[in-house]
Amino acid sequence: MSSERPQRVRVTGPARRRPPRARVHEVDAESRLGSLYLRALVREQWWLGLRTLALLMLGLGTLPVLFFALPDLASVHVLGVGLAWWLLGVAPYPLLVALAWRHVRRAERNEDTFTALLEELDGPRSGGPDDGGRA
Amino acid sequence: MTGAPVWPGAVAVALVVVATLAIGSLGLRLSRTTSDFMVASRTVPAFTNASAISGEYLSAASFLGVAGLLLTFGADMLWYPVGWTAGYLVMLALVSAPLRRSGAYTLPDFAEARLGSRRVRTICSVLVVAVGWLYLLPLFQGAGVMLGAALGLPTWIGPAGVASVVLVNVIGGGMRSITLVQAVQYWFKLTALLLPAAVLLAVWLGDGRPDTERLGRPDFPTDVLAWSNPLADGGAQGLYLTYALIAATFFGTMGLPHVVVRFYTNPDGRSARRSTLLVLALLGLFYLVPPVYGALGRVYAPELAASGESDLLVLLLPRIVVPGLGGDLLTGLVVAGAFAAFLSTSSGLAIAVAGVLGQDVTGRSWGGRRLGGVAAFRLGAVIAVVVPAAVALGEPSAGVATTVGLAFAVAASTFAPLLMLGIWWRRLTPTGAGAGLVVGGLGSGAAALTTLYLDGPAGWVGVLAARPALWSIPLATAVMMLVSLATQRTVPPGVRRFMVRLHTPEALDLDRG
Repeated sequence: MSSERPQRVRVTGPARRRPPRARVHEVDAESRLGSLYLRALVREQWWLGLRTLALLMLGLGTLPVLFFALPDLASVHVLGVGLAWWLLGVAPYPLLVALAWRHVRRAERNEDTFTALLEELDGPRSGGPDDGGRA
Repeated sequence: MTGAPVWPGAVAVALVVVATLAIGSLGLRLSRTTSDFMVASRTVPAFTNASAISGEYLSAASFLGVAGLLLTFGADMLWYPVGWTAGYLVMLALVSAPLRRSGAYTLPDFAEARLGSRRVRTICSVLVVAVGWLYLLPLFQGAGVMLGAALGLPTWIGPAGVASVVLVNVIGGGMRSITLVQAVQYWFKLTALLLPAAVLLAVWLGDGRPDTERLGRPDFPTDVLAWSNPLADGGAQGLYLTYALIAATFFGTMGLPHVVVRFYTNPDGRSARRSTLLVLALLGLFYLVPPVYGALGRVYAPELAASGESDLLVLLLPRIVVPGLGGDLLTGLVVAGAFAAFLSTSSGLAIAVAGVLGQDVTGRSWGGRRLGGVAAFRLGAVIAVVVPAAVALGEPSAGVATTVGLAFAVAASTFAPLLMLGIWWRRLTPTGAGAGLVVGGLGSGAAALTTLYLDGPAGWVGVLAARPALWSIPLATAVMMLVSLATQRTVPPGVRRFMVRLHTPEALDLDRG
């Protein structure tokens, strides 16, 4: 806190007519409404995480059982390379990136919805993204 | 390696050492405070950070070990790189953004901030050091074997040399210099593995694509069918081993101390997620290459598998396939890449272990005297590196992949339940967390020691000990949850505020405790 330094200034978007305090305050005040918002966000992100893991297990976790149940798959060759080498050496990586991409987009969307909900002023804003509030 | 010139490897290793120390010293001028040392003051851009995470993560087990395992055992070993990559998806799904938002430096910091318990913090510190050493040990041992083979040096030079370079670098610059070094090393390692692989593939095409089966020799230990099967041998045991490997790698990544420390260098939770996405892409790119060595090794150098030298496949194959100067130069490149791989992962582990030792051991007051933050970190670094190096010197050989796999299993059985429950479950209590950590740590640790020092008992006991994750993760999680439910009166008071901190975007002006 040295005195000669200029005061720190919050850099934000264009000035609002009213400070967006109302609902943010609900979370800080640990009101019933605030807890509801927070729980909704945490639950949403938790289920998103589980869905991502479920897709991962569906895509990769089923392979050992598949090869256990159908041992003949090991002798199938595609373009001169064993099927297992394609399924485990190449295919998983694009799958993982795609799942990660999907997860990041959805997690950020959940957060944006939460942010919009909390920053929303009294009275509806035109064209606000509150349709995402369904979730 | 008799008769082959050692100069390409020697020059390459010297260049890597000089470059590492030079880039490290760039950071030296900027590193001043403890925060600089430990998390590069959280100013690292996402792409640099993703490269650094990948560079640090891709150890010699990835650079050398995977190709060797593929050569010897075939397709079931592909689960190692797949699992090591998928671990980041699991981390992204459940851990990375909240962990970054927790604002803690290390895993013990997270535990203490979440649970408000010194005792749980101490258990975590012990586990970080244990996992770190369990991972550093095979890296130092492997460095000895590799330098011995590539440069014809006595085995003790490897651990001693790698340990010295890591120590100088970590003590000199800490995390900021390491971040830059790690980022550069990812791209260097990728080049060093990819370029020779491309040449080898070109030669193989030029040879008229000789087939593995046509060249298959009777002395090869694995037959073609088993080599193409992504399951370990032996029916139900094989199925168990495969799924246990999947569990350990998928959930172990989030519990590795050097990986977790790296996430604190992201500026906020969102960038932590985005770097994780980039990391998945970078790791996937890298892991496409080792199978090329494994497959071409089966064509051109199957005798390596029979002679037990398969870990050296990546180093030896270029010279076997490409004679003359070209082979020498490619050999120099892969030797440099392998050495860089030893350096980068051991640096990251050393930082993580040193950070914990610096806070919880050397940073405490001893006999009325107390070291400053940076001095404590440096002393912690010395201890972190010297102990596993000394063990590696005394006991120079062990399977790199086996020991690394056990480090993953211990991390998965302790820190993974702690992180997942700590982030998503409000009812976790200090007693529950502590009990789960102890049970998971002792269970997987006992399995690790049994496998390492008793040569693995036969039958199901040996199978369960060799890959403990599939029983030890659920066990630790169940203990954590049940003991927590029995001690609900001790739920820490600030948990609600902590959940706000973990899960809400930083852009919101909220009270985060």
